[in-house]
Amino acid sequence: MSSLNKNTILKSLLFYLPIFILFLSVFNEIDFNYLNIEYFSFNFVHILIFYWTLKNPRYLSYGSIFLAGIVNDVVVGIPIGFSSFCYLLICSVTAYLRNITITPNFINDWVSFLFTILLVNSIQVISLDIIFSIEINYMRYLINSGFTFILYPIFLVLFNLVEKKITIQAND
Amino acid sequence: MASSRDDFVIAIRSAFLKKSYQQKFSLLTLIFLSLIVIILGSFNFKAIQYIKIGINEVIYRSSFIASMPENYFKDLNIKIGEHLNLYDQYKKNKLELKKLKEKKLSNDFLILENNKLRELINEKIQSEDVYAKVLVDKDSPYLKSIILNKGSKDNVKIGMAIVDKSYLVGKIIEVNYTNSRALLLSDLNSKIPVLLEPIDIHAVLSGTGKNYGIIEYTKDEYKKKLSGNKIIVYTSGYGGLFKPGLPVGKIITNDLSLGSKVSFFSDFRQLDYVKIVSYEIGSGN
Repeated sequence: MSSLNKNTILKSLLFYLPIFILFLSVFNEIDFNYLNIEYFSFNFVHILIFYWTLKNPRYLSYGSIFLAGIVNDVVVGIPIGFSSFCYLLICSVTAYLRNITITPNFINDWVSFLFTILLVNSIQVISLDIIFSIEINYMRYLINSGFTFILYPIFLVLFNLVEKKITIQAND
Repeated sequence: MASSRDDFVIAIRSAFLKKSYQQKFSLLTLIFLSLIVIILGSFNFKAIQYIKIGINEVIYRSSFIASMPENYFKDLNIKIGEHLNLYDQYKKNKLELKKLKEKKLSNDFLILENNKLRELINEKIQSEDVYAKVLVDKDSPYLKSIILNKGSKDNVKIGMAIVDKSYLVGKIIEVNYTNSRALLLSDLNSKIPVLLEPIDIHAVLSGTGKNYGIIEYTKDEYKKKLSGNKIIVYTSGYGGLFKPGLPVGKIITNDLSLGSKVSFFSDFRQLDYVKIVSYEIGSGN
């Protein structure tokens, strides 16, 4: 009986792990800036949202993504609702990709990811610069997008392992 | 052709309108909601401002708690670096201390003389200090800002200067009830009037988004003056926000085409406690 309970707790913990990591990363703004490597930064949240909403959106609900965006805006100090909009754009692309894809393919996903982050970051920088008059370093955004794209396969492997664990626990 | 367009429309409609399994809201609803939030946020209605302040209060505090483990590793990284450079730093500090002791004597005299001169022209600088703890220190590549644990209930106002020891580090840009946000000098949007000494040139110091600033709006002939001198950057006091003479940094490189790079005296990555200061410069009458 006790092992059954433990299993249920572990199952729900694993199920909510992507949401937990999402909120932890928006509160912390994880990009390893403190390593102080010139220009090195990447958008972990974009990778996380893209992977999990593409894989299966039930692990990362759209409502929690919207809330995470609000938190990110307040922490970073940009107009409220802006990150939510960008995160939901990523969800729209993944939802569309899920609808048109019959057999998922890593290269297709990776190229789509590049297209998505370029689209989202372009909307972000142009709106911040032109509409909200916040001075932005375009080059930094571009480099950030580059690192986010390059690091996607590493996180894909890690998230695949987590996803397998979740699936195994769910089927037990 | 028509069928492929139909497929596209069906895929789009399904992606935006269909509520997937275990989703409470459709994507389109949430996208519209975020647009409404952005539009409402740009209005200056009192109710919206209060909601914004409430959200900020909760999120800043939560972020402080959530970033504790990350801050621990960040501090550990800095401490390890400091330990590795301990002996070199000790030798440097010893030399610097010797020089500073010599300088202090002449500085004490200058301070006394300065006070006497201010008395003569009847000028008084009144300042109010509030000590604040840095709650969240996000070294984001986009916005360089810190969140402090003092807000409007401690009489913090927008525009007040943030000082670390005696060095200027930034100014308050957003005030909530119990906390506030300060924009660091290194941020791209930061521009402050400065005075370059000993050459006595007024200029504007702009943030770059990196760990240094650049001197802007100086005439080309002045740029030549900058080279070959050991130049310290102080606040000029123009605009009335900052007290004149607050040390900011020193010029490290001077390139005629790229501008002069300023290395800040304060290390913005290691701010734990800062002083929020407001100045009032006026005649003593």
